[in-house]
Amino acid sequence: MNELVFFINNVVVSGTVSSSIYAMGAIGVTLVFSIMRFAHFAHADMMTLGAFFVLGLTMLFPEVGVAVGLPSALILMPIAMVLTAIVAVGIDRAFYKPLRDHNVKPIVLVIGSLGVTLMLQGLIRLFAGTGSRSLYIAERKDIFRLELPGELATRPIVITEPQIILFFCTVGAVVALHWFLTRSRLGKAMRAMSDNPDLARVSGINTNTVIAVTWMIAGALATAAGTLLSLDVVLKPDLSFFLLLPIFAAAIVGGVGHPYGAIAGGFVVGFAETLAVFNWAVLLRPFQDMLPAGWELPTYLAFVGTEYKITVPFFILVAILVWRPTGLFKGKVL
Amino acid sequence: MKLSAMPQSRRDLLLFLTLLIPVFGVFLAMGPAYGARMSVEAACYAIIALGLTIQWGYAGQFNAGVMGFVALGGVSAMLLSVPPNPDFWNSDLPGELARVLLTLVAGIALVVATSRLHRLGVSRRIRTVLTVGVALIAYLTFINQLTPVASAIESQAGFIGGMGLPAWVGWLVGGALAGGIGYFIGHICLGLRSDYLAIATLGIAEIIKAFLKNADWLTRGTATVSPLPWPTPGAGELGFVLSRSIYLSITAVMIAVIFFLLHRAYHAPWGRTIRAIRDNEVSAAAMGKNINKRRLEIFVFGCVLMGIGGAALTSFNSIFDPSGYLPLNHTFLVLAMVILGGPGNNLGTLFGAVLVYIIWIMSAPVALFLMDLVVMAGQAWFGWESAGNLDSRALQARVFVIGLLISLVLRYAPKGLMPERVPHHR
Amino acid sequence: MPLLDAQDVHGGYGSMNILNGVDLAIEAHEIGVIVGPNGAGKSTMLKAIFGLLQVSQGSIRLRGEDITNVAPNKLVQMGMGFVPQEYNIFPSLTVQENLEMGAYIKPRPHTRLLDHVFELFPPLVEKRRQPAGELSGGQRQMVAMGRALMTEPGLLLMDEPTAGLSPLFMNEIFTRIKEINAAGVGILMVEQNAKQALGIADKGFVLAAGQNRFTDTGQNLLNDPEVARSFLGG
Repeated sequence: MNELVFFINNVVVSGTVSSSIYAMGAIGVTLVFSIMRFAHFAHADMMTLGAFFVLGLTMLFPEVGVAVGLPSALILMPIAMVLTAIVAVGIDRAFYKPLRDHNVKPIVLVIGSLGVTLMLQGLIRLFAGTGSRSLYIAERKDIFRLELPGELATRPIVITEPQIILFFCTVGAVVALHWFLTRSRLGKAMRAMSDNPDLARVSGINTNTVIAVTWMIAGALATAAGTLLSLDVVLKPDLSFFLLLPIFAAAIVGGVGHPYGAIAGGFVVGFAETLAVFNWAVLLRPFQDMLPAGWELPTYLAFVGTEYKITVPFFILVAILVWRPTGLFKGKVL
Repeated sequence: MKLSAMPQSRRDLLLFLTLLIPVFGVFLAMGPAYGARMSVEAACYAIIALGLTIQWGYAGQFNAGVMGFVALGGVSAMLLSVPPNPDFWNSDLPGELARVLLTLVAGIALVVATSRLHRLGVSRRIRTVLTVGVALIAYLTFINQLTPVASAIESQAGFIGGMGLPAWVGWLVGGALAGGIGYFIGHICLGLRSDYLAIATLGIAEIIKAFLKNADWLTRGTATVSPLPWPTPGAGELGFVLSRSIYLSITAVMIAVIFFLLHRAYHAPWGRTIRAIRDNEVSAAAMGKNINKRRLEIFVFGCVLMGIGGAALTSFNSIFDPSGYLPLNHTFLVLAMVILGGPGNNLGTLFGAVLVYIIWIMSAPVALFLMDLVVMAGQAWFGWESAGNLDSRALQARVFVIGLLISLVLRYAPKGLMPERVPHHR
Repeated sequence: MPLLDAQDVHGGYGSMNILNGVDLAIEAHEIGVIVGPNGAGKSTMLKAIFGLLQVSQGSIRLRGEDITNVAPNKLVQMGMGFVPQEYNIFPSLTVQENLEMGAYIKPRPHTRLLDHVFELFPPLVEKRRQPAGELSGGQRQMVAMGRALMTEPGLLLMDEPTAGLSPLFMNEIFTRIKEINAAGVGILMVEQNAKQALGIADKGFVLAAGQNRFTDTGQNLLNDPEVARSFLGG
């Protein structure tokens, strides 16, 4: 039974955590792609930026969370989401819109977004340094240990406060997004523009508004993902490219331009990563007695070491590009 | 006369003459030894940038993982030129390593054989499932055999050591290695939208780096390998300035050869086909051009140049440090060189390489100087406390400067300072 | 005052001129039809009217107001609708959502407008919750026309509304166009199927090489032997 608890702690819980982060990031990437038709490479740095806004706010008001019993960072997150949304729209106006107005090829926008990535990285490190930070300033991280009934399991299932919050935030974000896309006028306009930009314009939809809203959603979701990730571990300014690959893989696995696909893709990539680095020897240990004498099980049996975690999203990406480039949910343009 | 109104050749000449000002500025301000070092590094970067300019400028393929190919060149320069490690060769480890490599070859053969099963009448679905299964088992067997041998090498010999061959052999092999990986990536991504190529190359670069950093038995990982021998007499024999100048002349010869080859290729039917594909894929396909083959050729060729340039750069620095390969220094810096100079224009790329490299190495001291000024003013006027780690923060200013450079060029000079000259054939 | 009055329109894509001085005018409640050989600039003319490409010379007026080079979304607000030839629906949106997008600039609720469109195209009623991309060609064309009608335009531009449809659906679409027109909407359309289109046209414009070759009532053009010989296939 202890092996099962180990599995739950190391696969189910941590897999759900990284999957949720990837899903939230991938939704943003996929929305930007479906409206503006380019892969936004600055997305991971937008996550970092949002988390740094939260850090700044939390340093200003470290005590706000105490009254409610939630981390201050979480209470202040909505403000940071608004700030990042504004920055995202500003970046679009300053750097992407002039390129769009020149009718450049989408790949030029990709290069533009790499320029933005570097500027964001430079600014963040210039102001905040390169070290890791914790978003818990005035409080401690709550850790819940769920003791299992019965004799067999002596170890508890461990789950932390930010992990629970992350789970609820992801569900909330997905429900809100679904409602927005299917019920609201702007959400439908967004889907329309993703389907057929020319016809959207001809129908009198103000495409600039739709683009601005897309950036706001992408920025806000990026902030939420970045903050929740930093609450769970720590805030590092140099995550950028390590987050970018799994997020892109998730978006492509789900089918580019497909928000629900992005969520599914996030879970595929997140769990694939977790399962690939999981030490399967632990689960096999109870069966050691059944083996004939002299047969030894390896003590360590993982598909890839944690240092090679980044190969997992890459090979998922390669596999999907080879076998099904439109993704699981039949995404857009290739 | 306005710059834009000049005939292009005069304009290029003027730009190159202007470039001499910052070059001499560096020589004067930092001394000839530093200046010579900068020139060699800029020349190595120019070779790498030429690789990117044929991919992006000639063919519109965007490679966001230059770093990976540069690192492959670097590791190959290290492995071939460093003296052999007697601790390794005198043990029984080489035999064991060979056995593991044989397992790998057998595994690959088995996987390839399984993937051909459909020719024997096995249904394609079953074949795919079988292939994936066999690949997984082969992979796990290989890893389980490699791990003990690798840790034995690490504990008994440190790493396998080099081959003691001349450095230039390592450079050529580095080019071939980079080209091989480029072939694999290009084969998968070149038929798709160019965004996917960017994502995939970004990923492969990080994977190559992760491998070089963690495969201690092969590369000594973060412990780094130094010194790497030069193909020319070192500073110990001739002094800094002279030895670096000789190194510089070697890289200059390489650039000249590459220029000659590229010039021939660009104006040959091959180059015309490449540009036709870039500018209008559909009509090029309609004229019966083999698009994917041409694309793959140019992508691989570009990767080869990146590998050679990276090998020359690593040899020059005389240290192989896998953590020293950074996306910023080895991907985005090169990108900035290419798009500033003029994608598709070899001279422009050379110009961009030198100019951007000077901006790059000068931006940290300049930023530090500016920050010191601000801090001094702050202390004098408002009584600020200076934040201690200004040096490391000023280093980050380079990141911002390169990003800003890329953004500004895209917006205000999308064809670069020396735009591609499209020849008119009669 | 004519509903639409275009005079001496020049324009094209980039530096390539396709229109070399086209004149056309229709009154309110009329159907105007543009016919002509391939490459005559028929669709280009529609796009020029709807602000989708740059007009370099000449003027276009809607009810006397100058609309030369006015952006499409402004034209929608001024009471003009446009049905492109292809890619004229939002495939992943449901039929009803497609129609709602047509009425994007109208204050909500859109119930009355929706009812009106469903009355015109009864087959769409039972498909209203289905993604438009899953419909048949004729039904898609209905969605496309319905979407353009949601703003209650005074002038509807249509680019080859029957292209690629079977004869059965073609008749159906022509019937609908007549109904829409009878409800008071002026129509200007480009048609390959020239005989049938000129049959319902009040005004006909035969273009060739970006210029008017013949301009007359639809009936007169049908009866003109020269038009018949050169443009209607005998």
